Amino acid sequence: MRKITIDPITRLEGHGKITIFLKDDGSVANVYLQIPELRGFEKFCEGRPVEEMPQITQRICGVCPEAHHVAATKALDAMFHTEPTSTSKKIRELLYSAFFVTDHTTHFYILAGPDFIMGPDAPVAQRNILGVIAKVGMELAGQVLNTRKENHWIIQTVGGRQIHPVFGLPGGVSKRISEEDRAKIEEIAKRDVAFAQLSLKVFADIVLKNKAYVDMITSDTFTHQTYYMGLVDDKNRVNFYDGKVRVVDPAGKEFVKYSPRDYLEHIAEHVEPWSYTKFPFLKKVGWKGFVDGKDSGVYRATPLSRLNAADGMATPLAQEEYEKMYSTLGGKPVHHTLATHWARLIEILYAAERLLELSQDREITGPNIRNIPTAKPTEGVGIVEAPRGTLTHHYVADEKGCIKKCNLIVGTTNNQAAILMSVKKAAQELIKPGRDIPESLLNQVEMAWRPYDPCMSCSTHTLPGDMPLDITVLDAGGNPVRRLTR
Amino acid sequence: MPKLKIALYWAASCGGCEIATLAIGDKILKLAEAADIVFWPVAIDAKYKDVEQMPDGSIDACLFNGAIRNSENEHLAKLLRQKSKILIAYGSCAHEGCIPGLANFFDAKSILENTYINTASSDNDAEIIPQTKVLVPEGELELPEFYNTVKTLAQTVDVDYFVPGCPPEESTTWMALEALISGILPPKGTVIAPASTAVCNDCPRIKHEKKIKAFHRPYEIVPEPDICLLEQGLLCCGVGTRGGCGAPCPQANMPCTGCYGPVEGVRDQGSHILTAWASIIDSNDPDEIQKILDGIVDPAGYFYRYSLPDSIMKRARTTP
Amino acid sequence: MTDFEPKIVAFLCNWCSYRGADLAGTSRIKCAANVRAIRVMCSGRVEPAFVLRAFELGADGVLVLGCHPGDCHYAEGNYKALRRMDLLKRTLLQLGVGEDRFRLDWVSASEGDRFSHIVNEMTEKVRALGPFKAKEEAGVA
Repeated sequence: MRKITIDPITRLEGHGKITIFLKDDGSVANVYLQIPELRGFEKFCEGRPVEEMPQITQRICGVCPEAHHVAATKALDAMFHTEPTSTSKKIRELLYSAFFVTDHTTHFYILAGPDFIMGPDAPVAQRNILGVIAKVGMELAGQVLNTRKENHWIIQTVGGRQIHPVFGLPGGVSKRISEEDRAKIEEIAKRDVAFAQLSLKVFADIVLKNKAYVDMITSDTFTHQTYYMGLVDDKNRVNFYDGKVRVVDPAGKEFVKYSPRDYLEHIAEHVEPWSYTKFPFLKKVGWKGFVDGKDSGVYRATPLSRLNAADGMATPLAQEEYEKMYSTLGGKPVHHTLATHWARLIEILYAAERLLELSQDREITGPNIRNIPTAKPTEGVGIVEAPRGTLTHHYVADEKGCIKKCNLIVGTTNNQAAILMSVKKAAQELIKPGRDIPESLLNQVEMAWRPYDPCMSCSTHTLPGDMPLDITVLDAGGNPVRRLTR
Repeated sequence: MPKLKIALYWAASCGGCEIATLAIGDKILKLAEAADIVFWPVAIDAKYKDVEQMPDGSIDACLFNGAIRNSENEHLAKLLRQKSKILIAYGSCAHEGCIPGLANFFDAKSILENTYINTASSDNDAEIIPQTKVLVPEGELELPEFYNTVKTLAQTVDVDYFVPGCPPEESTTWMALEALISGILPPKGTVIAPASTAVCNDCPRIKHEKKIKAFHRPYEIVPEPDICLLEQGLLCCGVGTRGGCGAPCPQANMPCTGCYGPVEGVRDQGSHILTAWASIIDSNDPDEIQKILDGIVDPAGYFYRYSLPDSIMKRARTTP
Repeated sequence: MTDFEPKIVAFLCNWCSYRGADLAGTSRIKCAANVRAIRVMCSGRVEPAFVLRAFELGADGVLVLGCHPGDCHYAEGNYKALRRMDLLKRTLLQLGVGEDRFRLDWVSASEGDRFSHIVNEMTEKVRALGPFKAKEEAGVA
């Protein structure tokens, strides 16, 4: 069979490879998305002191180390049967909110921005950050960089380091927040709220008013009807730091709501021999292959999923935007993958509002930041929402308090099946028998996976948001007949 | 003066070094003035094929981060060495192996079996393990080979400079970039870093003579804010770790874990931290010494957290 | 492996164990010839890195012999060795190197017999384990 290979995928999660097999008539037979890397954290954490896990596991990802650090810290709370102090819980969530602001901002403006802000028919040469700047202006671009810088300052101040923080301990955090720093954080949070609102306005003006783009968002090509997962608080509102995991079915009805310690009753991971990633699925529905629908255990855990799985947002401005999105797109749940970008911006607003709330909390500069564990560690599960999806850390300790067993289900991993399905569907809709493979194919295949916001996101400051794609079409004899690059 | 051609690549890494490169903030403009980035899979549209077509030595400098974990990492290390005048091992993974290097306590078989069969949520009765070549109904698919041992960049190809840290802090990164931009480069093999002495020199905590009757794990005590952490019995690796990072971790009340690698001139970081910790034990009684040592529950893991592949032993033995 | 002759590197302190080794020689006590002796002034001089380097460079076993506790020529040197080498033992165990390949013990200047006994015992234990083969195990050249 003819084979089209896209290798490597770039500005996705590090290393990835797409292979499209074509039948003789030129239609798509199948698509495989392979992840060619593995490091083995679940094994080499064995034997390590349990309290080192926040610092060791955060080296899974240097873009979202905060997610692993905090998930690991919560698993430690559970292992030591030690609740964190009220102040330390708030400090953790404060850092976490700043982290969400900066991480989501980076993805929207640098990775996703060109897709949306320039529109689906824009020339490839403009579909990058320079094009975005030209369209929205230097001032906004400057605000993007500044937002990132300021929120990273919060992470460094509260967590110890800008990349790979150190503050997580069972029962608390290692460092207090001073009044001087708190005041600065409060000012940054106010700017964050304004910036988030501005970003939503940019989206409304440039994306929602562009009919071609709206058609693309609502088209069937970029739509899948899956289960949706996200953490919710006791009022079923989105919460990134804590709560229970709620899953709704493709009709939006609650399918299950579970506590972290019960995750194994609900989630299992499927293995394929052609990829180093695993494919999580809902156990009670079962693995039915790379298909969507109510009878398939494939689920998604993304910003859109979180909003689908929840009944609302816990802060007022974000709640308004939440209602606006659903009324625009025809109610809940929304199955249009590209709407994930919109959901992401609503999450920036929520994170900013939450950051502001926490920075103004009377307790946040308090001295009581440590509960000293008295029990020996046994077993524990910690779950948070990483920007890219629900993150689960599960550890079992030995008698020395070192890791005996470790199980991790990482944010993007939740979505591996869905990402593949999205790419496959886009390829199937766009590559038709007898039809030449158009330039826009390159754009649209990218657009199928980009909403999932890969673990390895690009950083600010640089460059053209061109996604390198190199598609070579071979004839039956293996000779190249057409090559499209960008 | 023609612009420098710079490449950045990541092997088995976490992406933190990518972010760290850009944490230099406004200085990125100076870099942009002086250099064009010709290859950076995370950010720009050049592919492996494009690198293969570049003339040998046409890349002025390549900042290579990540450890050498599999055949694809090795291939890119060799390719970029061929195409680059200067190859820099940027960050702890490329320099010493870093966290992925902890896999050297185990072998490929045990890692693969654990990951795909033994973890709590794996649903894999058929005991499928990913393969380098797989026949699917439509044709053949390939994956890189997962090696038994993690190697550093310098154990794979000839390396010109090293930039330490997990990740390197801003000032450390800028030192290396500034050297490239100015063309004033130190002797080959230099570890480009702001300090050659230990983290203790960066750390503002007050140091006295250390006499330890017991070691503590960080969740067991709340340390005094101004006094050396090692002195209080916390397992701080700063005493055997290169400084220049500004000692952010002890200032956040957490012990240094050693990410900047060994102090200048030291071959094996772990055994130096070992010696330092042993020397402060306040006992001559063999039984008491054993009891105090029991407080160090994972010696090899503390000593070689970031440097196992680069250590003298390089990995744990699987034969007795 | 009948033709495998273990290479044992032994760090011997000048004042006690080296003299004990000497005595074993002059007394013509039967002693395995597998030891490569390195004389140091005190067992407290031995850095863990020396032990690791010995293995790296081809030793199949490493021995550190000092004065009996309380008898150190420099008063405290062997206690430093004790603390350091015990921690190294634990570390090596995690790296797959057991006590049969790395040993710390005490031998006085008058204990030629004891020296031979320790050397012979260790040689046989290492012979049974086989060559250390540092480079092959490490998977690097």
